[in-house]
Amino acid sequence: MEFIDYIGHLWDTLIASKGMFYEATKLTLKLTVVSIFIAIFVGLFFALLKISGVKPFVWISNAYIFIVRGTPLIVQIFIFYYGLSYGSLQISGFWSAALGLAFHNGAYIAEIFRGAIQSIGKGQTEAGRSIGMTSGQTMLRIILPQALRRALPPLGNQFIIGLKDSSLAAFVGLAELFNVSTTMGSNTFDFMTWLIIGAVYYLILVFILTMLVGYTEKKLAIGD
Amino acid sequence: MAESREMIRVEKLNKHFGDLHVLKDIDLTVGESDVVVLIGASGSGKSTLLRCLNFLEIKNSGSVIIEGEAIDPKKANLNQIRQKVGMVFQHFNLFPHKTVLQNVIEGPIQVKKMKRATAIKEGKELLEKVGLADKTNVYPDKLSGGQKQRVAIARSLAMKPDIMLFDEPTSALDPELVGEVLTTMKQLANEGMTMVVVTHEMGFAREVSDSVVYMHEGRIVERGKAEDIFDNPQEERTKAFLSSIL
Ligand SMILES: Nc1ncnc2c1ncn2[C@@H]1O[C@H](COP(=O)(O)OP(=O)(O)OP(=O)(O)O)[C@@H](O)[C@H]1O
Ligand SMILES: [Mg+2]
Repeated sequence: MEFIDYIGHLWDTLIASKGMFYEATKLTLKLTVVSIFIAIFVGLFFALLKISGVKPFVWISNAYIFIVRGTPLIVQIFIFYYGLSYGSLQISGFWSAALGLAFHNGAYIAEIFRGAIQSIGKGQTEAGRSIGMTSGQTMLRIILPQALRRALPPLGNQFIIGLKDSSLAAFVGLAELFNVSTTMGSNTFDFMTWLIIGAVYYLILVFILTMLVGYTEKKLAIGD
Repeated sequence: MAESREMIRVEKLNKHFGDLHVLKDIDLTVGESDVVVLIGASGSGKSTLLRCLNFLEIKNSGSVIIEGEAIDPKKANLNQIRQKVGMVFQHFNLFPHKTVLQNVIEGPIQVKKMKRATAIKEGKELLEKVGLADKTNVYPDKLSGGQKQRVAIARSLAMKPDIMLFDEPTSALDPELVGEVLTTMKQLANEGMTMVVVTHEMGFAREVSDSVVYMHEGRIVERGKAEDIFDNPQEERTKAFLSSIL
């Protein structure tokens, strides 16, 4: 097949399948947004445990990060899937995948938050405390806003990883981008075309996400 | 002046960092409206002593009595005490994500629960007082060192403290910016603020202070009027220190 003809075929297939991929993109996005949203709170929680200096809290946080780092994401997703959807809980495939991804990303986000919080000089805490603020007020109003700003570039990076990793939800049966691509590939024996189309959608999503993170970074950069 | 109220009383204060014995049996009293200047070599414990006075560091033994009240750091509400004892740092420690005015009103609004409008009004008055009325809505990174330090002073004053602690407030400044900060501090002293100041600005000590305290290796070696300490020190170690810095 001529290269130009193939590009034409690719383009036609892309256009013809846009309805199907619209649904798959929506699911990928929903999965990513929900899991990252939860992961931010999970991450912040474990970061605060870790910097609390209270031994048992630090241990819990370290154990969590150790487990997430030391096991493959696909294993974590399957454990959540079998643990949650077949148990007495009857949680849907979507939620078990979302929670699995959140559990995974939370550990990396915890480390990002911890690094950012610890990068804010001790002088800031002392300044807050010296005008009578409680340690909670100082954390919330002085340290976290500055740490968040510093965490944004690595966080953006983690969001992109999270978006791409959501493709593993295909293995627990969610009809997201990767799943639709491979299913169409095996139905038509035209794997290459469908995988390229899937890749294009991921690229577009990552591009949009990168722009959003860059925009937020600029907005928050005042006074730095 | 002689019978002034005691604002700070420190008795047999000891402070260790691990094996390091940093403050050794410190006794110190500061009366109302007194300005006490702390001098001494690097590592002699000046900052640590100052930080024990607003409980950023907690003593190991001895007592710290603020306005007649012996403070037990385990039981006392330290946040409340810190409102009475303001502190100005060598490196300013302004909140970089807040404007000059936001820096100043943070304490009154969050800690004193003051109405926002009142806090802004008082904050602006304070900024006027330290000569920064035109910088209200500027972020700290746009200020010179001297301006930053004056904002830091205004931020402390916004809590209406009874005592102000200064830890080398001019040491991080370019020489030409030292004067403006000292002028603000002199103005405060003239208004009757009780102040404990770690500084090597001998001019300030002579002009403003009621007494100078010389510290050496965690002990107070000598205390006296600035003229006496500088021109006629009694202790050998004081003489040696003064000749090393003059
Ligand atoms: N948080 C800390 N942990 C351990 N050691 C400390 C701590 N803070 C101060 N020290 C030590 O205590 C001693 C006294 O320090 P301090 O900062 O009070 O001295 P200083 O007189 O203010 O010196 P400088 O003029 O350099 O500011 C020093 O030996 C210092 O290294
Ligand atoms: Mg010091």
